[in-house]
Amino acid sequence: MVGILALQGDFAAHRHALSERGVATREVRKPKDLAGLAGLVLPGGESTTMLKLLAEFGLDAPVKESVAQGMPVLATCAGVILLAREVQNPPQPSLGLLDAAVVRNAYGRQLASTVATLEVAAPDELPFPTLEGVFIRAPKLVQLGSGVKVLAKRGQDPVLVRQQNILAATFHPELSPKHPVLDLFLQLVRRGQ
Amino acid sequence: MNFASPEFRVKVGLSEMLKGGVIMDVTDASQARIAEEAGAVAVMALERVPADIRAEGGVARMASIEKIEEIMQAVSIPVMAKCRIGHAAEARILQALQVDFIDESEVLTPADEENHIWKHDFKVPFVCGCRNLGEALRRIAEGAAMIRTKGEAGSGNIVEAVRHLRAVQREIRRLTTLAPEELVAAAKELEAPLDLVQWVAQNGKLPVPNFAAGGVATPADAALCMMLGAESVFVGSGIFKSEDPARRAAAIVKAVAQWQDPQALLEASRHLGMGMRGLDVSRLTPEEMLSRRGW
Repeated sequence: MVGILALQGDFAAHRHALSERGVATREVRKPKDLAGLAGLVLPGGESTTMLKLLAEFGLDAPVKESVAQGMPVLATCAGVILLAREVQNPPQPSLGLLDAAVVRNAYGRQLASTVATLEVAAPDELPFPTLEGVFIRAPKLVQLGSGVKVLAKRGQDPVLVRQQNILAATFHPELSPKHPVLDLFLQLVRRGQ
Repeated sequence: MNFASPEFRVKVGLSEMLKGGVIMDVTDASQARIAEEAGAVAVMALERVPADIRAEGGVARMASIEKIEEIMQAVSIPVMAKCRIGHAAEARILQALQVDFIDESEVLTPADEENHIWKHDFKVPFVCGCRNLGEALRRIAEGAAMIRTKGEAGSGNIVEAVRHLRAVQREIRRLTTLAPEELVAAAKELEAPLDLVQWVAQNGKLPVPNFAAGGVATPADAALCMMLGAESVFVGSGIFKSEDPARRAAAIVKAVAQWQDPQALLEASRHLGMGMRGLDVSRLTPEEMLSRRGW
């Protein structure tokens, strides 16, 4: 069972993408919804809203604990902002689980949102020359720690990274048909990490 | 219609990101900051909230550029702005200003009583209002990337939002039961394009996110919209025409996130102070009903 944080954002799109792959999912709105999960998705949406609701409903500490203990996590867009070590533009609190800083809305407003072609930087994990990336008011990852492996880039920007059990995409694989990043996440889930 | 084009996917993508959230009407930077602080997923930049437009009368137009810029600079969440129905020049100006979403809205005085904007011409996504499924599908055919049921803006009365949400859901359910040849007759009756009618019949939902608007004044109103199939809620006058806007705004955000949980709704409904006074919609004349604007 894979949990999808469903406080706000495109949790329905994630649910749809996983159920297409035959994976059972559960919406996570309360701490008790985290029990027994094999993996967790932190979806896209508005990070400011999610951050408030995580604290409001007592989910911040349990989510942090689950991820720190090794639960496989797929974070997309706003989800990456929640996990980052530091948030810029403007600064805001975060869970501090991914050793990277993240710049919000780094490409600009909605008019800068686009479907881009990504170059795979780690063919051992993603055996494809290129990937599609749907970017919506996307953030940028900067100042990556040494334990953070870059899996894909958009130009010079790292847009898909992995740090042990954390898979973080600044784009939205859940909005592309049959995106390999979701399969990579499910591999982590099956391996238990 | 080509829902798979990159342009359309990027527009609908932003609508997806706004799901499960509250979009709040604001008229200046300080209100915008209150909305963001309360957990709004986006703000709608306006010159006057609908209740004031209704009370003061006159022609309601796109907000002033300075007003919208002030709001865009005040917050990091998406900023929407309204243009008049059919006013493609206002829409072009809003796109040049780089707002994140345009609401072609019946709350403003219509510029064209026959035609809406051809929204495929724009890179910025549009949201449009509807009272029923046919109206929703006509707007989607024109390129809307989000639909909101109209409700009755500025009324503080949820009855019209409920009527419109129920109408859309009922008509969607009906389409899923029809035979292929019956869908042609249904398209004629709905005055909607056949390909979109077929899409809805096959998928049992609209091809773009479906939000609710018009008359939401309490956390319970917002939760009711979610129960009736809305995927997010717009709140206009209901927040800044109430006694304690910051508290009410935060409470409505919580109610939308936890709409399935009565205990959470109970907690969200405590200590809110007075809500906006509201109107008996049945006493409005047809000319006073904003939801009748557009077709």
